[in-house]
Amino acid sequence: MADVSPITPPAFTEAPKRQRSRLPLPIAFALGWLGLMLAVAVLADLVSPYAYTALDLRNRLSPPIGLGGTWLHPLGTDELGRDVLSRLISSIRTSLLIAFGATLIGAVVGTSLGLLAAQFRGLVEQAVMALVDFSASLPFLILALAVLAFFGNSLVLFICLLGLHAWERYARIARGLAISANAQGYAAAVRQLGASAWRVQGRHVLPNIASTLIVSMTLAFPEIILLESGLSFLGLGVQPPATSLGSMVGYGREYLTRAPWILLSPAAIIVTTTFAVSLLGDWLRDRLDPTLS
Amino acid sequence: MLRFLTGRLLRAALTIAMVVTFAFIVLRLSGDPAQIIMGADAPPEAVEAFRAAWGLDAPLWQQYLRYFGAILNGDLGRSMRDGRDAITLVAERIPATLALTIPALVIKLSIGIPAGILAALHRNSLLDRLVMALAVAGFTVPSFVLGLLLVLVFAVQLGWLPSGGQESWRHAILPIITMGVGGAAVLARFTRSAMLEVLGQSYIRTASAKGVPWRDVVWGHALPNAAIPTVTIVGFMVGSLIAGAVVVESVFSWPGVGRLLVVAVANRDLAVVQCILLLVAGTMVASNLVVDLLYGVLDPRLRAGKMGAQ
Repeated sequence: MADVSPITPPAFTEAPKRQRSRLPLPIAFALGWLGLMLAVAVLADLVSPYAYTALDLRNRLSPPIGLGGTWLHPLGTDELGRDVLSRLISSIRTSLLIAFGATLIGAVVGTSLGLLAAQFRGLVEQAVMALVDFSASLPFLILALAVLAFFGNSLVLFICLLGLHAWERYARIARGLAISANAQGYAAAVRQLGASAWRVQGRHVLPNIASTLIVSMTLAFPEIILLESGLSFLGLGVQPPATSLGSMVGYGREYLTRAPWILLSPAAIIVTTTFAVSLLGDWLRDRLDPTLS
Repeated sequence: MLRFLTGRLLRAALTIAMVVTFAFIVLRLSGDPAQIIMGADAPPEAVEAFRAAWGLDAPLWQQYLRYFGAILNGDLGRSMRDGRDAITLVAERIPATLALTIPALVIKLSIGIPAGILAALHRNSLLDRLVMALAVAGFTVPSFVLGLLLVLVFAVQLGWLPSGGQESWRHAILPIITMGVGGAAVLARFTRSAMLEVLGQSYIRTASAKGVPWRDVVWGHALPNAAIPTVTIVGFMVGSLIAGAVVVESVFSWPGVGRLLVVAVANRDLAVVQCILLLVAGTMVASNLVVDLLYGVLDPRLRAGKMGAQ
């Protein structure tokens, strides 16, 4: 033992690091799945075997492969002979587009209001917090239903509406974190140097609180997918001829006994995707959130 | 305590007032209700008569005051579709919704909380992993998918239970399970993390170090402290019982408030939507109020100290 060199060879310090940076299996799966979904959404027109509205009247309600179907329609067809796989691909695109758009809107709106409240305090803060309380007092599904009842439905309105989901969470987090960040030396220092409120919040405070906000985004994303599919399932979300994962399930419900494949494939995609994002969110939270030990 | 109570009550009243205002603003922003109800090709005289009958021809602020006054008097307007009082329509449906949501709540509490506590006490054990895996599965499967899968298995394939309707208690089983499972998963996850946080506190270590038996540490120190965040989420669940029923009632064609809401939204029957909006906000505010009072009972520190700082 005595003649072992006190300086640890570099190989010994590097080995555990490399091990730690290897992705756990579930996370690799989650990333792979989300990558696949993204690729499908982006390349929808290229990979889709048929147009999602195309009819094939001679092959109505034909079962998927494995249940007596053919490669002509690998996941079967619905009662108008529309190819389930093509509709699924189009639905993935719609649902992901809505979920991404809505998550971004929620994060931007919520974070901006939270930072505003932290910067100006006083009346602005009171107003923002009153809005937060109001949002928290109603389950979002009910609020969304009310707005849809009053305004009718369009895709843009629908995305904006879902964007309001969880904004209050970002606002609350951003406000709390920004208030404590403002009290720290670096914010005071740039302020002393004459930086504007805009610059202090945007360039200095925001990057320092971003990791927590990103974690909340990964937590809000699956919730939005579930909300969108729930509303579309009820027939109150994405309207035909456009199709989303939820509306496919809602539509397939009527053929539950005769053609369960119409709803099973979109249902499986919904579950797997929300599961993958939740896994990723939990993992990111453990890695990024300094408040958790 | 009295001051705390009045403060809470004032805030509850303010929230309800905001919901009423929200309903009014959204209602008026959304276009002319007369035109919507009567249809685009209705004769102008009929539309005028409709406006006069519903008070839609007065200035906006008068409409707002009248609206607020009417709601204070318990008059929530009539269903624009079948002319009956919206409040009666909604009230008729409440028992059916409660018949599902209360048993579902019992399931959530009696499975979710013990599972969460056990998982936390045996952290990283097989039991913990199992509970967490089930919990993640429970809340990533949306209720309409779970409901339809249950129908597919138990109604279509096995033929044990009916798939929808409200003829007997057997019709309630699948919807209750559908509602209960998701909530139990959320509650288990939440209870587990609340418990873990408490178990990591220094007073637990102190109690153990003093030689207090582990059982007494758990019952006397850990559980009461973990109860506080858990009560919050249970309060939220009670407050959102109706919202949770919307999708499940639709899946199982159960004639409750949730189903009524979906139909009213599809028909743009605004009086009924408003009435349900207020009912939901009311339950939410009331259950938040009860939760706040329970905090005071559970945690003596909060009775004296500031409530806002969390």
